[in-house]
This record gives sequence, C-alpha cells and structure tokens, in this order.
Amino acid sequence: MTIQLLQGNHACARGALTAGCRFYAGYPITPSSEIAEIMARELPRVGGKFIQMEDEIASMAAVIGASVGGLKAMTATSGPGFSLMQENIGYAIVAEIPCVVVNVMRVGPSTGIATHPSQADVMQARWGTHGDHPIIALAPGSVLEAFELTVKAFNFAEKYRTPVLVMMDEVVGHMREKVDLPDAGSVEIVNREMPSVPPEWYEPFGNPPSDVPPLAPFGEGYRYHITGMLHDPRGFPTERLDEIQPWIERIFRKIDRHLDEICMWEEDSVEDARVLIIAYGATARSARQAIKIARARYGRKVGLLRLKTLWPFPEEAVERAAEDVQRVIVAEMNLGQMALEVERVVGRKKVVRVGRADGQMVTPEQIVDAIRAPQPQAVSLRVAVPW
Amino acid sequence: MKQDDQGIYEYLRHHKKFPHVWCAGCGIGIVMGSLLRSIRNLELGRDDVAIISGIGCAGRMPVYMDFNTLHTTHGRALAFATGLKLARPDMEVIVVMGDGDALAIGGNHFIHAARRNIDLTAVIVNNSIYGMTGGQSSPTTPLGAFSATAPYRHIEQPFPICQLAIAAGASFVARGTVYHVTELDRLLEQAIQKRGFAVVEAVSYCYTTFGRANKMRSPVEMMRLLKENSITVQAAQKMEKLPDGAIVRGVLHNEDKPEYTELYDQIIEQAHGQPSPRKRQVRRGWA
Repeated sequence: MTIQLLQGNHACARGALTAGCRFYAGYPITPSSEIAEIMARELPRVGGKFIQMEDEIASMAAVIGASVGGLKAMTATSGPGFSLMQENIGYAIVAEIPCVVVNVMRVGPSTGIATHPSQADVMQARWGTHGDHPIIALAPGSVLEAFELTVKAFNFAEKYRTPVLVMMDEVVGHMREKVDLPDAGSVEIVNREMPSVPPEWYEPFGNPPSDVPPLAPFGEGYRYHITGMLHDPRGFPTERLDEIQPWIERIFRKIDRHLDEICMWEEDSVEDARVLIIAYGATARSARQAIKIARARYGRKVGLLRLKTLWPFPEEAVERAAEDVQRVIVAEMNLGQMALEVERVVGRKKVVRVGRADGQMVTPEQIVDAIRAPQPQAVSLRVAVPW
Repeated sequence: MKQDDQGIYEYLRHHKKFPHVWCAGCGIGIVMGSLLRSIRNLELGRDDVAIISGIGCAGRMPVYMDFNTLHTTHGRALAFATGLKLARPDMEVIVVMGDGDALAIGGNHFIHAARRNIDLTAVIVNNSIYGMTGGQSSPTTPLGAFSATAPYRHIEQPFPICQLAIAAGASFVARGTVYHVTELDRLLEQAIQKRGFAVVEAVSYCYTTFGRANKMRSPVEMMRLLKENSITVQAAQKMEKLPDGAIVRGVLHNEDKPEYTELYDQIIEQAHGQPSPRKRQVRRGWA
C-alpha cells in the first residue's frame, strides 16, 4: 500500500491492470486518452498487448477479437467514439463476449465541448446499440472508485459474459486525489469459467443452471462458431422460435438474477431525510456539499442516494430510499436522463430535475435552490442559475 | 479431383449446416473448397485455424467450416481478426470477405491492416455486387454496369483491390479466379504461409443479381468470361498494353518485411527491461 496522487483516468488504468486486463485497443480522444497512454506503457511490461486502431469501431472489434482469444480486454473513449462503438457493443452482447468499455463523458451532442464534463451519455449506455438487450453500466464518483469500479467491471464482464460500461464523467477522469490503492493480492478477481466437458459436448451458448455458459478461448480444441446472428446453443444461426426464445430469456435472466450483486449504491444522511437527492459520478460530490449547506444553514433534512450502478437501474434502492421523502431531486450533468428512470419508479410528482448541459458541473447552490423551492417543481435549469 | 473432394469433406460441418445459403452455381462455394484444400495441403491443425468473416454472401462461409469460426459485423472482420491475432499469434487467422464488406464499409480497416502488416490472410471474394441484399452497386461494380441501385448505369470507378493492397503495405498480394481453381489453391497456400498481411482477390461472379441486371443469365456464361478475360501475370508482363477488362492472375506482389505481432513481441521484451513506471514518474515530477 502506497499513498499516491492519481488522476481518475490513471486509477482506471491501474484498476484494469489489477483486474488482469491484458489487451487494450483504442483510438485517441479527449478526455480519455490518458488511459490509452498508460496502457500503451504498462501492458507490454506485463506481457499484454496494446494497439492503436484506425477508429473506435475497429477498437471495439479488436477488443472482442482479443477476448475471444482468451485475454481480458478493454477500450476507453468519449462520446463521439462511444457512438461509433455501439455497433460492436451490440455484437459483444449477442455473442456474449466479456469486455470493458470506459466512456469518459464530455459535452455532446457531436463534437460538443471536448474538454468539459457531462453525464449525458447515460441513456446511450442503456439503449445506444440497436435491439433489446441487457447492459451493465457503472459510474465511479471518485479516483479511488475509478479503480474499484473498473475492477468490478472486469469481474462482472467475466462472470456474466457481457460487455460492461464504465461511465466516468470528465471531472472524475481528470480529477487528482490522494488514493491508497489496494495491493493486487487483496482485490477480488473473477475469471471467466472454462468448459469442463470434452469439445464434442461443449455448448458455448447453452443453457446451464447458472445461465452463463463457460467460454472456451479459440485455439484450445473447442472449435465452435460465434456470430452476431441469433443462434442456437452451438452458436449456429437460427430462426427457430424454440431456440431463439430460451436464448433471449437467458441473456436477460443472467443479469436480472444477480441484481443484488450488480446494483451498487451508497446512502448518505438518508435516515431522517425529507428530501432525497439522487446523483452519480462527480455530481454526487456537489450533492454532498448541498446537503451540508441545506442542513447547516437552512435546517433542511436532506439525504443522498449515490448510484454506483446506473444499469441495470437500482430501482429497489431508489424506491426504498424515496418512500418517506416529500421530494426527490435528481441531479446530473444532463437535462434529465436518469431522472426519467427515477420518475418511472417514484412517480413524476415528487421528482425535481436539476441538471445542466453547458459543460459546467451542477453546483451545490443549484441543488440547494431546488431543496428550498416552495413547490417540488423543476426550477428551469436549461441555463445555469447565476449565484 | 474426386480424391480432393474427399479431403475437404472432413473439414466441413456437414452434419447440420447444409444445404448452404448460396445460389446454385455461385462461385463462393468454389472459393471455400479452394480454401479448404489449401489448408489441408498445408497440413494445418483444425484447432490452430480461425476463420473470420464479415457480413454478406461471403460472410456466411465460416459457418460451414469446422475450425474456430467468427462471423462478425459488416466490414469489421479484419479488426476482430487483429485482436484475435494479437491474443493468439500462434493461430493461423484467415479472414474471408466480399468486395462490399472489405472495401466499402470495411475499406478503412482493410488499408490499415495492410499498413500494419499483421500476419492475417485476407481472402476477398470479388463478385462486383452486393448479392445478399439484392444486387446493389459495390465498390468493384464496373463503370457502366447496371445494378439495383444503378438502374441507368453505374458512374463510379471500381476499386482495383490488388493495387490498393500493395499501396497500403501488404506483404503478399495475389489474384485468382473461381474458374482457375487449381491455381487459386496454390495462391491461397502461399498467402496462408506468408508471414505478414496477405491478400488474395478471388474473382467470382453473381449471376443471380449482377448477371440478371447485365444480361448474363447463367453461371456458365459468366464463368466463360473469367476464362476468356483473364491472363497470367507472366503473360501480362510481356504485353505493352493490357486489353480492356483483363483480369491479371497470379502473384502480383511478394515482399518480406517486419510483421506486426513479431515487432510487438520485441516491444514486450524491451518493456521488461525498463525502470518501474513509478520511479520514472517521480523523476518527471508528477505522480
């Protein structure tokens, strides 16, 4: 254990290496490039491979290819690149290939503002690739958590054979904090399950009790077919309903059955709260300050539910935390994306959206304003409130 | 020939996957047979071979072959293959693409894989059309031809696949046709053996869509055109000017140069000898 001053992007790369990541493919993009630079330097030192691809589409493809070859693999990008990766993120979901995608979110749409923070890709994380699918997306709120949740992301990817998204905002990505990273030996590492049956019995997309079939890397004697088409237990394309239906049910079930493990959150001062703030990433830091101000200066009982898992949406936690409060404030660096989910769970009347999309952080004062507003209605926050 | 067919039978997933999706008389099956014979002739182990494809008629090829097979997204086969090859440099990674797959949606990946000179074998089945989607123009549809999306005539120039590959840095570039099958076998063998990025353009045809739109109604007629219009690279070298529409067959480029995965292994060796990154950071004044 050594105390270090690290940037979120750096902690993310260290988390990946600790989790056993041995392949990185990426394309330069602000504000995520530090992750690629660190991986380019560190991966060959541990026998891993780094490659700079020609674009983000190719990066995501190479990550999947390497994972099929048996390596834990990742890429990192920001909004414009995340848009390009959606195609092959969908492939990884259908083909059930473990991999990790980090999106250090910047202002969009399009090129937006490359160096300013945002949290406006969280709905894209959920529905960015076409078709119905489950997804896991995590949102670190500090430098240490950038490390921890990147490790978790690899563990979930390997355990559930699925791509996992780490949705880090630019503030967390570029912020430097004093951290004490755990030693490699003290971190729980999950590796994908390998088949224990002979090749002729192996079903790479079968239906085992765990819902997650073992994954044999290419070149180990288990010759099988992987495709982005809907497929039968052996991996061959099929249009038969009796083969498609169980497959669709299984890829949702393998996530839904484990919500207890996947859904992570943190509560702060919620015991006596009459107003609940729901936030994630860097915005939760503003929310914490807002709670201090509201409690100390105005005597308001305010609590915070900080989401570490965005998808699957931790609806039980939200429902429970919001049960006895009068007002739920959803603070995020967008104009109301996760707020839609909160509204779905607790009802529209209680929910106040506090957001902005101008590349600035949501300030504690903005949140305090919403706490103090006489009615639980949205303060118009399309433009930042001057304070 | 009969013995050859017996030889490839064992490489097919024959128990479940047939009949195949291709039209009767299609050239893609000929390329598949040729690829299987070349793999057999080289005595490669089935577990050591990965066949990767994109989307389209040619993209369906791997499903029938009993290797490690990966059917990827449209145009991206080479990028998937790059990741797999880096993870498993010991494997023989062969990528099968159509002309639209390799040169339109996958054009960027094609030139960059060639530039990196990574040890992949890229087989491009060139039938000058998008067959599976119903006969739309592709990057190799000849100027003046008709297609489902060029009902008046095609006004774009076709990509010269082999010249493109050579210019982009491929180590080995060859062209064969589905008429000259024995020659195609040999070209594929050479390409697979080549250490570096190897491209084989297998000139085929699509009588179902291209033929129908351009008044060539049977596979035999289109096959005859391949026979009549093609010349060997040796014969072409003796000519002052190539006839219009000539298909030059044979090895067009063969060069030895450093291969990507070998170079990366050198990087790994080099990186092991370096001081720890933390020490370097301290020296540079940032942590």
